[in-house]
Amino acid sequence: MNPFGYTRAGDVAEAVRTAASDGAAQFIAGGTNLVDLMKERITAPSRLIDITRLPLRAVESLPDGGLKIGALVSNHDLAYHPEVVARYPLLSQAILAGASPQLRNMASTGGNLLQRTRCYYFYDAALPCNKRAPGSGCPALAGVNRIHAILGASEQCIAVHPSDMCVALAALAATVHVTGPAGSRTIEFAAFHRLPGDTPERDTNLQPGELVTAVELPRQGFAAHASYLKVRDRHSYAFALVSVAAALELEDGKIAEARLALGGVAHKPWRDPTAEDLLRGRSPDDALFARVGEHLVRDARGRGHNDFKIALVRRAVVRALQQAVAGGSQA
Amino acid sequence: MLPVMGDETCAITLKVNGATLRLQVAPWTTLLDLLRERLGLTGTKKGCDHGQCGACTVLVDGVRINSCLSLAVMRDGASVTTVEGLAEGEALHPLQQAFIDHDAFQCGYCTPGQLCSAVGLLAEGHASTDDQIRELMSGNLCRCGAYPNIVAAIGQAMRPRRSA
Ligand SMILES: Cc1cc2nc3c(=O)[nH]c(=O)nc-3n(C[C@H](O)[C@H](O)[C@H](O)COP(=O)(O)OP(=O)(O)OC[C@H]3O[C@@H](n4cnc5c(N)ncnc54)[C@H](O)[C@@H]3O)c2cc1C
Ligand code: FES
Ligand code: FES
Repeated sequence: MNPFGYTRAGDVAEAVRTAASDGAAQFIAGGTNLVDLMKERITAPSRLIDITRLPLRAVESLPDGGLKIGALVSNHDLAYHPEVVARYPLLSQAILAGASPQLRNMASTGGNLLQRTRCYYFYDAALPCNKRAPGSGCPALAGVNRIHAILGASEQCIAVHPSDMCVALAALAATVHVTGPAGSRTIEFAAFHRLPGDTPERDTNLQPGELVTAVELPRQGFAAHASYLKVRDRHSYAFALVSVAAALELEDGKIAEARLALGGVAHKPWRDPTAEDLLRGRSPDDALFARVGEHLVRDARGRGHNDFKIALVRRAVVRALQQAVAGGSQA
Repeated sequence: MLPVMGDETCAITLKVNGATLRLQVAPWTTLLDLLRERLGLTGTKKGCDHGQCGACTVLVDGVRINSCLSLAVMRDGASVTTVEGLAEGEALHPLQQAFIDHDAFQCGYCTPGQLCSAVGLLAEGHASTDDQIRELMSGNLCRCGAYPNIVAAIGQAMRPRRSA
């Protein structure tokens, strides 16, 4: 690791002020991604702003029936929080499908949103990478790209966002609360992460110095019919090759409301409202689910090693929707 | 407002296996390196140094974490338990005894991490079946493949009466 300064922020205003005064400083929460990246010299902040003593650990029920989750709530505490287990089982399942118990004890809600890609080229400081060193090129395009994107990629970058939690948050239409030098604002989850386009160095639409303070879930939690399906190289402690968050509201045997989000396939959690439209108002059956899977990959493009993900999405979508109808978790 | 610390070393207080220590640490010192290199507690192992193996697992305020991804300065005021702190004098921790009873190791390299992780797992209380033990111990790799015996040992510690 390169040497760096250390500031322990006493309140949100101080954290934001310190970040605004030093553009090369970075916040640190659980450290499970940032310390790793610093060891690999992928990033070298001038200063770490320790936000772990900030009062952002509450999970509060809101008057409108929603739930507000502080940015420092650990992935463990969130996954097992009684309100989350009872009302948002999709979120609980997705978090528990990620990382390991030790890492989930450390990892924070805010940090999980901001974790960076696991692309091998991004992680190797000796190689070019448009995300790490803009303009240097993307070796994954013609290189080893088994874990890479099939949707929404660009000729600059085919990295994927690695989070499981974020796939559930996308399906649940969460909102992100942030505070920055210019004040506080909220960002719809779909507008939080970005597609790579010509600026793959930017993962999100956070502005410099902005701190995530909370994630808010709307009232509708799809508690009865939700399933997170994660397909990976080993059954635990591995990133997703493809994952599907499926949530349904069933009324009189018909799909009244549907949400689908995909992980492991794009630079952001992939939510396609037109796929959800296909489900709404219909009776749940496998033929319909297969059409939805087909629809989701209509613009997919494999790059060689990751071609298998296209077929995998088709099948995983069917299984996730079947599991959601049955009301259960991953078989 | 807490003080802004200097760019060189920071003064921290840590309780390690019951003893309160006042230390000066560089901000980039990981808890793992502090334990092994400064405090001579080499029971905790550095397997991968990247959060991928669990050999460095210790308990911080009773919660299992990967010490390789934890900066010591951020743990100011915390209580750390390593494998050296599990036994009470000559009396082994029930999990240590269970690992011996079940021959739950071969080379022993992963064992300190397995033990601390298992202590954390029992405290969390989310596992009751062998499948749940397997899933919730998945953050600890064992290159010798002692997994079946590790699961059996933890099962014994969790359900002491079954083995009696
Ligand atoms: C071996 C391994 C396996 C893993 N497997 C999985 C997996 O299967 N699925 C999965 O989803 N994840 C996985 N992870 C990733 C893990 O979930 C993330 O590292 C973790 O969620 C990051 O949270 P953190 O609090 O530790 O973030 P940190 O490392 O502290 O920070 C990460 C980034 O977020 C920024 N940041 C943190 N908090 C805030 C905030 N409040 N506001 C603004 N910026 C902030 C930091 O500046 C930094 O850039 C794995 C990690 C490891 C090491
Ligand atoms: S040394 Fe920390 S997880 Fe491998
Ligand atoms: S006993 Fe050898 S690595 Fe586990």
